[in-house]
Amino acid sequence: MSEPMRAQMKVLDEVAIRITAMNKWYGEFHVLRDINLTVNKGERIVVCGPSGSGKSTLIRCVNRLEEHQKGQIVVDGIELTSDLKNIDKVRSEVGMVFQHFNLFPHLTILENCTLAPIWVRKTPKKEAEDLAMHFLKKVKIPEQAHKYPGQLSGGQQQRVAIARSLCMRPKIMLFDEPTSALDPEMIKEVLDTMISLAEEGMTMICVTHEMGFAQAVANRVIFMDQGQIVEQNEPREFFTNPKSERTKLFLSQILGH
Amino acid sequence: MSDIAFVRAEAIPPAPPPVSETGAIKWMRENLFSSISNGVLSFLSLAVVLWIVWSLLPWFTGSVWNAGSLSECRALGEGACFAVIRERFNQFIFGFYPPDWYWRPILTFLLLVAALAPVLFSLPRQLLLLTVAFPALAYFLLWGGSVWYPVMAMAGFGVGFAVWRYGGAVLGPLGALIAGVLAAVIWWMFLSSPVAGAFASVLPLALPSVESAQMGGFMLTLIIGITGIAGSLPLGIILALGRQSKLFIVKAICVGFIEFIRGVPLITLLFVASTLLNYFLPPGTEFALLLRVLILVIFFASAYMAETIRGGLAALPKGQYEAADALGLDYWRATRLIVMPQALKISIPGIVNNFIGLFKDTTLVSVIGLLDPLGVVRPIRANSDWNGIVWELYGFVALLFFICCFGMSRYSMYLERKMRTDHR
Repeated sequence: MSEPMRAQMKVLDEVAIRITAMNKWYGEFHVLRDINLTVNKGERIVVCGPSGSGKSTLIRCVNRLEEHQKGQIVVDGIELTSDLKNIDKVRSEVGMVFQHFNLFPHLTILENCTLAPIWVRKTPKKEAEDLAMHFLKKVKIPEQAHKYPGQLSGGQQQRVAIARSLCMRPKIMLFDEPTSALDPEMIKEVLDTMISLAEEGMTMICVTHEMGFAQAVANRVIFMDQGQIVEQNEPREFFTNPKSERTKLFLSQILGH
Repeated sequence: MSDIAFVRAEAIPPAPPPVSETGAIKWMRENLFSSISNGVLSFLSLAVVLWIVWSLLPWFTGSVWNAGSLSECRALGEGACFAVIRERFNQFIFGFYPPDWYWRPILTFLLLVAALAPVLFSLPRQLLLLTVAFPALAYFLLWGGSVWYPVMAMAGFGVGFAVWRYGGAVLGPLGALIAGVLAAVIWWMFLSSPVAGAFASVLPLALPSVESAQMGGFMLTLIIGITGIAGSLPLGIILALGRQSKLFIVKAICVGFIEFIRGVPLITLLFVASTLLNYFLPPGTEFALLLRVLILVIFFASAYMAETIRGGLAALPKGQYEAADALGLDYWRATRLIVMPQALKISIPGIVNNFIGLFKDTTLVSVIGLLDPLGVVRPIRANSDWNGIVWELYGFVALLFFICCFGMSRYSMYLERKMRTDHR
């Protein structure tokens, strides 16, 4: 993507997510250590790092699929505590796309997309279906609406998963390694969908190793290792001039061949 | 190096398979005569099957359908004496239900078919109303008495539901659930009978009563079997969910219930129903033996059902729970819309297995003196007219059970086919 295009994607001054001094443990194991991160509306953030570095856990804390034990997470003005009402409210504002799509196999594509709007947002069925078709057109698979997930290719399933999240009209989208389970030919169609979302100004946090995607749309790249944020920078600087030794090693490993 | 380079110029169109590779001949060659030893085995098996049929055939062809006693039968023919089935047919089906009112169980059965249609085959949705009303209707038709008592007993569910539904705003979800259950229990214990009595005095709609002791035969099997099946599935679902609950007390109660009921033989529970339970109930409570048996059979089957469904829940990928959570669905909606439909689908073979087992276990009630088909056989064999007859009676009972169980088995296969959503 050209530089002027990136400039168009505006970052607002309002805060979307604020994480302060957040810590998480799995039993005795300290997975996330003193995480501080502020995401503004319209920001596109790519999180990368070696496996086991806690990057997935971090974004799963944002919609409380994982519970944090210390510190504070505020999403869209709502603090995440054990209050179930707040959690459900945050979850309905934050879309999530998983590595393994997690579509509901017993429902058609259309039903997958209309389920949450109908039951959480109380949208009338007809309206929800129109909305779903709108987003299925956007991810370029309206013709599959009446099939079941098992009949679609991986790339198509992941695009349906994106459409399913968009049907809730989320303010923030989380992507947890969305292309890691896909064949090379299908990665591009999913990335294209994500790029077009970014162009529309969606606030996004993506855990991904697609460095091309990071360079094209991210305005910040975060590198994590051993549960800590080791380095963050704007993408060009991050890739051409990494500061920490750990980052340099990681980049040489993934870009080195 | 030019040998390894290759470029396809045009695509090969798909062609049908060779003719010799399809049809009956191919099937026989593959499945019966794929080698010499297999061919020999096929012929031997065929010979054994023919021999069995050949030896059994005279028993059927020489059978006697019209006779008053076993000795008459033997005089008339060499084969089976099906006259006993013919003579006692009504007892096999209805037990000692008053013959004048046979139309009542028959009508109940027809209503049952209509009530099951929307559930089993998603046929006319309007019939679901009948399905909901069926328990009260069946009780009224079979046992008779005033129509208002079963209607008011059913109304307890409505009362509980209404409290749960509209109390949620004031009491919160868990409070509303507890209040709903309490309201239903209070209704059943104190209000149901007087209200029904009041209605009955205004509008006396009633059928002559029939005692539980008069019910028997295959009708009894169906009553116990179908009540057990219909009651154990919802209770089993609740127990399975309770066992996975994060609330310690709920979990402890469910685990305790399941482990206790599973650890005790059904016969023991039936004896508890027939003798012990009366000591625990407050004096004066009239609780027909059959009703007590029904409750304990439901408990017994639901404990097994809970474990079968827990298997289905465990087989569901964690991602399904997470995706439902991430969309903002609360626990009950996620369970109803995402988790249960898939968990139940996975557990269909196990669930139907439980149903079939339960259906056959109903014969155990003959031990505590209820006259199910096996209980009907005993007095017939003791009768001096039919003394000495065995095969025909037990064969007939076996046939009745086989038809039902085989039907359930086929239905489960149909259901699994219908619910397949991959590669269609």
